[in-house]
Amino acid sequence: MKRLRFSRKQLCIPYALFLFCFVILPLAVIIYYAFTDGSGRLSLDNLVRFFTNGNTIGTLCYSLAVAVAVTAVCLLIAYPTAYVLARSGLKKGPVLLMLFIMPMWINFTLRLTALKEILTILEGNLSLHPFLNTVIAMTYDFLPFMILPLYTTLLQLDQSLVEAAADLGAGPVQVFLRVTLPLSMPGIASGITMTFLPAMTNYVILDMMYNSTYIMGSLIGSYFNIYDWNNGSMISLILFALICIVSLVTDREDGDGAGNRGAVL
Amino acid sequence: MRAGKRINYPALAAVLMLGMTAVLPAFSGGMERVSAAGEEKTPAAGEVKEPAADEVKAPAAGKEKVTLRIANWEEYIDEGDWDEEEAIDLDDENGTVIFGENSMVDDFTEWYQDTYGTEVEVEYSTFGTNEDLYNQLTLGNEFDLVCPSEYMFMKLIAEDRLQPLSEAFFDEGTEENYYVRGVSDYIRDIFDTNTIKGEPWSRYAAGYMWGTTGIVYNPEEISKEEASHWALLADPAYKGQVTVKDNVRDSYFAALGILFEEELMEPEFVSSPDRLEQIAERMNRTDETTVEAAEDILKDIRKNAYSFESDSGKADMVTGKVLANYQWSGDAVYTLDQAEIDDYYLAYAVPEECTNVWFDGWVMLKDGIGGDEAKQHAAEAFINFMSRPDNAVRNMYYIGYTSVIAGGDSDIMYAYADWCYGAEDDAEDTIEYPVGFFFSGDDGDEDYIITAESDQADRQLFAQYPPGEVLERAVVMQYFDQEANRRINQMWVNVRCFNLTDLTTGEWAGIAAAAVVLLAAAGFALKSRKR
Repeated sequence: MKRLRFSRKQLCIPYALFLFCFVILPLAVIIYYAFTDGSGRLSLDNLVRFFTNGNTIGTLCYSLAVAVAVTAVCLLIAYPTAYVLARSGLKKGPVLLMLFIMPMWINFTLRLTALKEILTILEGNLSLHPFLNTVIAMTYDFLPFMILPLYTTLLQLDQSLVEAAADLGAGPVQVFLRVTLPLSMPGIASGITMTFLPAMTNYVILDMMYNSTYIMGSLIGSYFNIYDWNNGSMISLILFALICIVSLVTDREDGDGAGNRGAVL
Repeated sequence: MRAGKRINYPALAAVLMLGMTAVLPAFSGGMERVSAAGEEKTPAAGEVKEPAADEVKAPAAGKEKVTLRIANWEEYIDEGDWDEEEAIDLDDENGTVIFGENSMVDDFTEWYQDTYGTEVEVEYSTFGTNEDLYNQLTLGNEFDLVCPSEYMFMKLIAEDRLQPLSEAFFDEGTEENYYVRGVSDYIRDIFDTNTIKGEPWSRYAAGYMWGTTGIVYNPEEISKEEASHWALLADPAYKGQVTVKDNVRDSYFAALGILFEEELMEPEFVSSPDRLEQIAERMNRTDETTVEAAEDILKDIRKNAYSFESDSGKADMVTGKVLANYQWSGDAVYTLDQAEIDDYYLAYAVPEECTNVWFDGWVMLKDGIGGDEAKQHAAEAFINFMSRPDNAVRNMYYIGYTSVIAGGDSDIMYAYADWCYGAEDDAEDTIEYPVGFFFSGDDGDEDYIITAESDQADRQLFAQYPPGEVLERAVVMQYFDQEANRRINQMWVNVRCFNLTDLTTGEWAGIAAAAVVLLAAAGFALKSRKR
């Protein structure tokens, strides 16, 4: 009787299948549509149209502005938080961390509905500050994704390096700028990738926050809605390329700390 | 041979193929599938119930089972399971009591078996938007009977994808032909006179629900007069207080309403005998000049409105976030009902210029039916079953929209309207509200006058059964051909996208400052990393 044994290669089959069906295949379809016109002929018109059309450029700029603002605010809030949680030596550190992560256990539409009510009380009329509200809502939604990688990186940071720097005469500011910050770059890098990308496309949040301006996600949706697969696919592809660039840039920073990325996730 | 070390390629290929077949249906996405046939019963020979009479014998009689694939809007049919106190006692001559015990689909399968002696299995799916349904249909032979809005079935007719209704369906002599025997003459007329490529809608489509478009408003803050003009949507006096539909057709219609307001309101125009045709001609213009003008208006609306909304408008109206909301009459009824629970009284107005009369209708797909007479018979029977007055009442009660059925010989439909809106005997402030235009073609018909509480003239009754004077300015919005569709959608994208030229010098300066700060921070971080 033969024993049922799996080699490592065979164990990869389920994921390889998943990858093929849900990543490679759809991507191939998108590439096909992006470089053809309505009748299936090869064409670069969609690409040209993207860069010559005021709408797509305006939307790209607006999405970038939203994404940059959200990422910056998230970083400014998350870094001190993660720093305190990781460095203070609190026994309750993990519990506190959980408190920050806990909102993720509740469906985000529900949370945003609540946020809407709170902001309505604070601002009176939500329609007057659509950009601000979008940034607030996205920060609220994506903050845990920034805190988590920062927390893990800072937790694993070798305390003796900090002590050595202090012993050698560096002030607290210098220690932070020259030791802690550079060593936490991998965490910052993965935090940025994890907030920047969804911030460019998550139009559901804009809808819910009454922001009627399109971002990249809604622009793609609007093309698909009118059965214009070609232009929609081209925009998706360009967004995909943009995301690849962001990942590449941050990955360089992430190089030696790749193991840390999202370790708690 | 070291078994297990090498990948078995044929087996892997087989697994892949299996995976694909399992995955492909998933691409269709967004559809819920509920089989409603209950347990599978294959009646033994001789046990098949005899049909009541030979002449109603279905072509399928003797055949074992018909499968009918139906797609309808979400929550757009009675799903039964009513509480006992929900029973509708119409208090008419026959003492009719209407009660939804089982789902309409289950009741249909039972009724079909009893009436025609054939077993039918209904695969009932739902869709969220007309576009979702259309995309679903492009994937192939998915459905037999679907219920899109009028512009979508117009598109399907134009693309020659629909199966015409059979001649038997239109035979008013047949007891079971509830649709042709009960549909309102007003609706019948619209379905007969609107044509696509020379063929009337009625050849392919049977109505289900219908209504107007208008404005739900808070009468304490906005006067009826103000709410009765499309211009309210762009009125700076209500900046940030009005929501507009996030839907290109509805928004375009409202924009045209504002664009042509002056013309449409001229007394001579209003009294002209061909007013309806004139309105329809204007509201269906898709030429470049008109679309450009509409774009400017919609940009104004966008700046002025609270937001474009696809679903939140009803809740925002009920919670008081906004004072007015561009809405379909069916959802207006729902909004008013919801607000009323909190003792908050809203009203519904139809703009004086014009309104868009809309329909959802049943159509059969050519490739779905595929020439199968038994299937077509079941599909048409389903339409008829939905149109049987008691069932139409059940659906109306459940959905809150207005059925196209006026009832024909049966008084159930009118009795239901009266049951909903008739004032109590001791009510003081009442009006005589005519609904004859819908029920018999004439508002003057004394048989169809509801004595309602006076505020109902601006509320649910008005939304659900608009009087003749409203329907005299209610036009059908045709479907846009490909060129017009492209133009209007481009216009809509222009309205919605951020325009860099809109930025003021101050904002540019702010962005530049922020960019400098960010770049400096990034540069510093990178530099410190290198050291």
